[in-house]
Amino acid sequence: MLSSQIKLNEIEFGSCNKDLLEEVIFYGMGLGADFVEIFIENTDNASVLAEEDFITSVSPSFGKGAGIRIFKDKRDGFVSTNDLTKQGLMRSVSQAIEMLDISDKNNRELFNGLNKHKDYSLSKKKWINEVPSIHEISEKLLASTKSLKKNSKIITRKGSYSRNLQEVIIASSDGTYVSDIRLHQTVGLNVIASDAQYRSSGSRRFGSSGMPHEFRLWDHEKAANDVFESSMNMLYADYVDAGQMPVVLANKFGGVIFHEACGHLLETTQIERGTTPFENKLNEKIAHESVTAIDEGISEGSFGSLSVDDEGMEPEKSVLIKDGILKKFISDRAGELRTGHKRTGSGRRQNYSFAAASRMRNTYIAKGEHSKEDLINSISDGLYCKSMGGGSVGATGQFNFAVEEGYLIKNGKLTNPVKGATLIGEAKEVMPKISMCGNDLELAPGFCGSISGSVNVTVGQPHIKVDSITVGGR
Amino acid sequence: MNSKEITTQISEAADSLNLKKWDYGASFSNDYSVQVDKGEAKQLKASQKQILTIRVWNESNLVGITTTSDISESGIKKALYQANIASDFGNKNERTEFSPLAKDPIEVKDTKERNPVGIKKLLTLLREAEVKLLESHESIKSVPYNGLSESFYERVYANSDGAFRSYTKSQAALYLYARAEEKNKKPRSSGSVKLGYGVEDIDIESCIKEAFNKTISHLNYSPIKTDKYLICFSPESFLTIINAFSSMFNARSILDGVSLSNKNSIGKKLSTEALNIYDDGLHEKNISSSPFDGEGTPTKRLCLINKGRLENFIHSESTARIFKTIPTGHAGLGSKVSVSPDWIVVEKSEENSALKTSLDHSTYEGEFVYIEELNAIHAGVKASQGSFSLPFDGWLYKNGKKISIESATVAGDIKYLLKNIVNIESNQEVTTSGISPHIWVDELSITGDA
Repeated sequence: MLSSQIKLNEIEFGSCNKDLLEEVIFYGMGLGADFVEIFIENTDNASVLAEEDFITSVSPSFGKGAGIRIFKDKRDGFVSTNDLTKQGLMRSVSQAIEMLDISDKNNRELFNGLNKHKDYSLSKKKWINEVPSIHEISEKLLASTKSLKKNSKIITRKGSYSRNLQEVIIASSDGTYVSDIRLHQTVGLNVIASDAQYRSSGSRRFGSSGMPHEFRLWDHEKAANDVFESSMNMLYADYVDAGQMPVVLANKFGGVIFHEACGHLLETTQIERGTTPFENKLNEKIAHESVTAIDEGISEGSFGSLSVDDEGMEPEKSVLIKDGILKKFISDRAGELRTGHKRTGSGRRQNYSFAAASRMRNTYIAKGEHSKEDLINSISDGLYCKSMGGGSVGATGQFNFAVEEGYLIKNGKLTNPVKGATLIGEAKEVMPKISMCGNDLELAPGFCGSISGSVNVTVGQPHIKVDSITVGGR
Repeated sequence: MNSKEITTQISEAADSLNLKKWDYGASFSNDYSVQVDKGEAKQLKASQKQILTIRVWNESNLVGITTTSDISESGIKKALYQANIASDFGNKNERTEFSPLAKDPIEVKDTKERNPVGIKKLLTLLREAEVKLLESHESIKSVPYNGLSESFYERVYANSDGAFRSYTKSQAALYLYARAEEKNKKPRSSGSVKLGYGVEDIDIESCIKEAFNKTISHLNYSPIKTDKYLICFSPESFLTIINAFSSMFNARSILDGVSLSNKNSIGKKLSTEALNIYDDGLHEKNISSSPFDGEGTPTKRLCLINKGRLENFIHSESTARIFKTIPTGHAGLGSKVSVSPDWIVVEKSEENSALKTSLDHSTYEGEFVYIEELNAIHAGVKASQGSFSLPFDGWLYKNGKKISIESATVAGDIKYLLKNIVNIESNQEVTTSGISPHIWVDELSITGDA
């Protein structure tokens, strides 16, 4: 008796919650909402840190919560709570209705009940038992930090792992009723090298989604060699001279510039704010004809891939720019409502405490026909950015990115390593200057922080040449 | 459950799992926020959150930890159980204990707790503020980033040794970032943030005025020539730099090998002798002040740089034990306890005779670059190497005129910067991250587009 009462009155993962969800949605529609969406989440996360030759931190964490979003006309009210009882969910609906000042209409007739449950999690329930144990993770992280111990100049060695397992239920008044389980694993290596007054650092991050065994397959020796070499190459590097110059950006994480400087400007949230220069440029040329750019959520195992977005829509492959022509914006439900751009399965959020927003998934510049050498050979005096650090884009579209590992290009050849370089520009001005794309497209995982929190993404590109950009230095 | 009941619940659950030693930190909050778009409500948000972090010590005195948002009886038991499992992987080389100060008296101040004004009032106030800003100048076309919020929260620390501390607070925040556009010119954007104990404490008019001034004054910009310049840091930008390199004062960073300092750096000269820096989390102007840290250690004022010399490091319980000193009230609560500063206060020391007092940002007529605000800190600072390369909003002062700088970065080395401070102005200004006067530095590299 007690058990059935609990089932009726509180969300239970792995059970049928249809009646309860319908009741909550009917309640919201009855109070006059145009649209009600319920996002419920259950997380089981763990992170492990290895420093030098010891495990110094093991941090499991659990969470449960719901985010309830009510639309009225083009406005929305969002309430998040840890209370997953029927009473708690209804209280949140009431709060959202009250915030929106809705009092005049009953919209129950707009809700015809939830569709048949679409369960994307069926084959994924076993994942939690297939991911590596803390013991297994610790062993591999310690092996990786040991691999970084290559000479006395390496003064700190770190390996970190994190696993996020997120179970979600999404239901809304358009009938959407889906469940899914998402698994993301990431591992990173960091070193600091030092010799007298010289210091350098090196870091790399790897990640996958939906592949419980992927960490076991990670080649930590190769990763350690890569990080070590990078830090050694940069240890005695001189500071770069500032100025305007042509640059070649490496593949993989080099794509972070396109992601930050252009990708964000193609999200409908930017149209809503009036902060994108591309708002009225659909089907117009915004980039060099050598540039085709894609955002998709469907590449198997990629860090930004999804079976279903956080609004219950399956992700699509969106060609954003085709041969330099702007073709599409990245859109979510609010974006479609407020800007008219159709949803692309890109409604994403960090967790239940954020309302979904239009966000990138796996975003990359498509491969071209040139070799990396073709690009470098075409420059007499410039910069090769082998590894990019973080960056930011201002409200007016100006971007700024740190170059972690850079080399001067002289007469078509790579020469001395240089540090302290920063790439500065504006997407509108730089996109037409991407004149050559390599044939070596590769992707890299990352985390993107924006309006709906931090989400897993992939950035990527082949090697690309930018004819001229401002390089900050000393 | 209230915090006392949660403590009892944890104690009973720990007993049932035979766990003798534990502590926990918890946060319970209710937040409300609004955003508007040209006079219309855009998104209205409310959230109720609870986060509980529990540490347990196993029979080998190794620590395990778990964080959960489930504070039901079963949630607490699960967290304790998982923390106990995690303790098998506890760090044998750097053990953690309860803070020896976790039961010391804490400084009780008037928390100036306010009552909620509610979403409708928040919306009305933000709408009015946005409209005023939009109407203040024809070039201001939108206020794309705006928000008004109020938060009410309780923080708790307790342990199995009988320590129990809690406090409740309220806080409100307003931000207005305007975007201005003029024909044949690039758009410019800038803004202002104001904090208060409650919405009624926020000076909305000054937020509007500051956002207006910062945005409009930058409309007539020019590129700057790449070169080395005499620099004047605004209080806000200097605090940004000090916070970005606070690993110099951080014992955790020193032990991790990511600080420019080492265990023997106390007493070493770090800057011009005219500089004093304190960390003062309890400062009356610090709206976000907390009377204790994540380990229950009382917060206190601590001198970091005294007449240019490194005076103290900030500590957690474990770093303090390793350095043979006492915790300073700067710890977080985690599997590996983090250490961070609270509220930096910068001032001129008594040893200031070498300063060039003619350098005053409001009267000096020579050429210099005024750095109003530094951006992209997470990308442009290499704290472990001491270098920075940061975009900024600012001005070139030349021949008695000031010209907004179009887009530029300032690059340098923190050790060089601190040792080449040529003036510390007398007036200290309160910002959202601390207190500082204007600081002048000789010769830093600026990269511009000219």
